[in-house]
Amino acid sequence: MLILRLMWRNALRHRLRTFLTILGITIAILAFGLLRTVIGAWYAGVEASSASRLVTRNAISLIFPLPISYKDRIRQVDGVSIVSWGNWFGGYYIEQKNFFANFAVDMPSYLRLYPEFVLPPDQAAAAMRDRRACVVGRKLAERFGWKIGDTIVLKGTAFPGEWEFVLRGVYHGRDRSTDESQLFFHWDYLNETVKKLIPRRADQAGFYMIGVVNPSLAAEVATEIDRTFKNSLAETMTETEKAFTLGFIAMTEAIVIAIRLVSFVVIVIIMAVVANTMAMTARERIGEYAVMKTLGFGGPHIALLIFGESLVISMTGCAIGIVLTFPTAAAFADAMSQYFPIFNVEARTVWLDLAAALLVGTVAAIFPAWRAVRIGIAEGLRRIG
Amino acid sequence: MEPEKEPIVRIRNLSKSYRRGSQVIPVLEDISFDIPDGEFLALMGPSGSGKSTLLNLLAGIDKADSGSIRVGGVEITTLDETALAGWRAVNVGFIFQFYNLIPVLTAFENVELPLLLTRLTRKERRTHVETALRVVGLADRMDHYPGQLSGGQQQRVAIARAVVTDPTILVADEPTGDLDRQSAGEILNLMDRLNRESGKTVVMVTHDPRAADKARSIRHLEKGVLTDADT
Ligand SMILES: Nc1ncnc2c1ncn2[C@@H]1O[C@H](COP(=O)(O)OP(=O)(O)O)[C@@H](O)[C@H]1O
Ligand SMILES: [Mg+2]
Repeated sequence: MLILRLMWRNALRHRLRTFLTILGITIAILAFGLLRTVIGAWYAGVEASSASRLVTRNAISLIFPLPISYKDRIRQVDGVSIVSWGNWFGGYYIEQKNFFANFAVDMPSYLRLYPEFVLPPDQAAAAMRDRRACVVGRKLAERFGWKIGDTIVLKGTAFPGEWEFVLRGVYHGRDRSTDESQLFFHWDYLNETVKKLIPRRADQAGFYMIGVVNPSLAAEVATEIDRTFKNSLAETMTETEKAFTLGFIAMTEAIVIAIRLVSFVVIVIIMAVVANTMAMTARERIGEYAVMKTLGFGGPHIALLIFGESLVISMTGCAIGIVLTFPTAAAFADAMSQYFPIFNVEARTVWLDLAAALLVGTVAAIFPAWRAVRIGIAEGLRRIG
Repeated sequence: MEPEKEPIVRIRNLSKSYRRGSQVIPVLEDISFDIPDGEFLALMGPSGSGKSTLLNLLAGIDKADSGSIRVGGVEITTLDETALAGWRAVNVGFIFQFYNLIPVLTAFENVELPLLLTRLTRKERRTHVETALRVVGLADRMDHYPGQLSGGQQQRVAIARAVVTDPTILVADEPTGDLDRQSAGEILNLMDRLNRESGKTVVMVTHDPRAADKARSIRHLEKGVLTDADT
């Protein structure tokens, strides 16, 4: 249709101006998409954590452990199906900057409790047989080039010394949100070693992870567990895994808010830029719009031309921005994998990109269109000569 | 002699002034005159005398302060903006001094533009556009953009655009004002032909005496008043 052709050609009239505006939108959409993805990565742990699993820790603080004897008493609480336990190990590989999450866990119960860590049966069996076995996520194995059977030495921080493990299994995530960059090994191995070196720290679990029979009763089970250890030497604090993870993020909430704010500021800035472009454009064409009105075109036609042109520009920039977001996020994920094990561009981010570009294109056209529609024809024609 | 026809344009007690800040500048003062159907009228007068203003008013692109303008039996001063736009699309072909073609559209597309407001099919539009461009002698330049055409050629495209909808009246504001002698002559011949062969009423503002010579009658405007008495 001729009107659409006119709209399109109008958009391409000032190549450089249009190109620069589109570039601006592309960068804004890219920045917006990456910032949203960072926020998503921040909450990835929450996303991946389950509301049907409970975490029990020392009521005073996470840094204080709980006696290992608690495991049998927790098992006896009504509604509990699986009890697993572990300690944050906090070791690093060769250099301190090679940071990643690593835990000592009771492996048989842990693997049952976390079906999202998918391990081939033969590897699982091999890991159970070997006292010094460790299992790592696919991404972590890739990062350090580890192969099954490799000996991995971690330098302990919470538990000093050099710790030798043999890689017996590489798990992959069942879901996109599953963290594939963890390492875990047998809690028994940790405990036996600690018993020899620092006996007073032996037989203690950093936290318990508990599966419940009926997720809708998780809150009641949690209360019951905490009641069991009321007035004992180490009182407990039990909450769902989701609440537990959210608790961590709450500490960094201000940063998340700042990032979110910046992501919106980026959109507001680009809105001003596009509005300026459209104002310039429409002002230059006041005479042409007057000619079209002389021919009998009405306000809606003129508004369509201006809104259309604005949307052509903003949606083009948006499309390029979205396409570029994926490789950029992938590169970002590579570079930042130790801080953000999960760094996926969510479908929602793409929708937000589109909505933002739609908003930018529309808002930018409002004032120029209003002015172009309102100005009298004779007045508009006088602007030509 | 034929019996006297109802004039195609009938203007009565027309006044118009512009406001610049608190200052009121009267431009047209109590103008009354008729234009018979099929007329080729030249409106002359010094710069600033209100010729363009008068032309704009009878073409329905400006609003009068008071008075009546009937064109083809329709009182256009009472039409609202939307109705007026529809009325212009059907009844008025406008030719500007600076051609005012849309630079990003080809000659063909420029002429097609006003037909978008009609119910014609794509094929019918094509036929109309080709006919109009043939009439102005530019059938071989259909795919040229305005920038690739001379001033005279652009003005001929503009004339094709003005006549393609077969309007009631053709109005032209200094159509030769920006052209060399030869091109101006061609444009005037074309308008003369349109007037004689298809009986179109033409109202042309000009201050070029040679252009006025082509017209069948001449009116003079001075300081917003018509100086020659009605006949
Ligand atoms: N939009 C406007 N605002 C203020 N003054 C105007 C406007 N349009 C025209 N005028 C004034 O009205 C007078 C007549 O203008 P115009 O009809 O263009 O004259 P002409 O076409 O005969 O040269 C001029 O003095 C001009 O300055
Ligand atoms: Mg004038």
